[in-house]
Amino acid sequence: MCLAVPARIVELEGDMAVVDAMGNRWKAKTTLLPEAKLGDLVLIHAGFAISLVDEEEAKKTWQLLAEIAEFDETPNRVSG
Amino acid sequence: MLDRIQKAQSLINAACKKLGRQINIMEVCGTHTVAIFRNGIRSTLPRKLKLLSGPGCPVCVTDQGYIDTVLQLADREDCIITTYGDMVRVPGKDGSLETKRSKASVKVVLSSEDALQLARDNPNKMVVFVAVGFETTAPATAVVVKEAAEANIDNFCILSGHKLVVPAMRALLSGKNNNIDAFLCPGHVSVIIGYGAFAEIVERFARPCVVAGFEPLQIIQGLSEICQQLSAGKPDLKSVYSAAVTERGNTTAQEIIAECFEPADGYWRGLGQIEKSTLKLKDKYSRFDAFRRFDITEVPGEEMSGCRCGEVLCGLIEPAQCSLFEKSCTPRTPIGPCMVSSEGACAAWFKYGRERKSEQ
Repeated sequence: MCLAVPARIVELEGDMAVVDAMGNRWKAKTTLLPEAKLGDLVLIHAGFAISLVDEEEAKKTWQLLAEIAEFDETPNRVSG
Repeated sequence: MLDRIQKAQSLINAACKKLGRQINIMEVCGTHTVAIFRNGIRSTLPRKLKLLSGPGCPVCVTDQGYIDTVLQLADREDCIITTYGDMVRVPGKDGSLETKRSKASVKVVLSSEDALQLARDNPNKMVVFVAVGFETTAPATAVVVKEAAEANIDNFCILSGHKLVVPAMRALLSGKNNNIDAFLCPGHVSVIIGYGAFAEIVERFARPCVVAGFEPLQIIQGLSEICQQLSAGKPDLKSVYSAAVTERGNTTAQEIIAECFEPADGYWRGLGQIEKSTLKLKDKYSRFDAFRRFDITEVPGEEMSGCRCGEVLCGLIEPAQCSLFEKSCTPRTPIGPCMVSSEGACAAWFKYGRERKSEQ
């Protein structure tokens, strides 16, 4: 629940945004981050941008998330 | 980067050696518990440094009474229950939201906005949003409550299970289990509340509070900073998560929380009643408060039989010490929320730590 994903704002109209990260695009809102602009990298949590982030931090997090996704998909995960 | 990790590790080792006694650091946030396990950090730490899981998993600290209330509402023909994914499998007396999903009255949403949209799309149903989460998530709820008020969307309400992190930390230190030497503070909660919010823990209780993000280097640096402070006898407030956390936090988010909510006393699984630790909708938004709409009084529920999630959440026991762990309580057949939630300590131990038994 604490998880926030860094994403780039690729569309912005008012506080309605489309953000892009890890090969996906989805809708988010910038209501909580009025200073966010088109092109900014932001942290998205539960559909809302909560903070700006820098490129380095975003890349590290994307890499981590990709590793986690890969790890979780490995077939020999102990189940049940 | 490796040399930064090694440097941090040698600082940890030196500090622990100097202190010479057991040190207990509580990782408040469930995401930290998972990250620490996943990155094998536990095994790199000196024996005398113990990491305690804390009450930082919002699903886990949600009282059984709240869960039973949600399940009762799910049974109503006139309601659609909307919830974040994590809550869906938490068992109550009468099954879980997942078992009720086939009734088409339970919808998992990724955002509170999706819940509000469902209300717009289903004018003949009351859409109830299961609003669970800490300060990271509360602003998202506040935004939609405001929107619902402005647009007069009357068939929408929220069942607030939102909780505040600092009062819980205060309660832990004021209670019987005050063997906590320091806190590794949650990263994304701090984005909202600012790391300055932990100042009172440092000042009043003389415990180091260090905010770290979820990346392994940050966590190790955070632990290193804590150990150095303990070794020097100088508890302090610090953040190593400079990319996203400031001292003041996100003031827009704080303002919107304050506009819609007020702190109220509430029940936490494992910690009991804590003063001003939950968020309740203000009177001006009372028509969006499911507790008031349905005339529900919150009473603490009974824990599922044998479940020791409460003790796990206070750092009193490790999951392996619960007799249900791995036997009747597994991720596929969870008994308590700590095994259900992706941030629950029991789920983390099960997934990543099963070869190791309780560290004595």
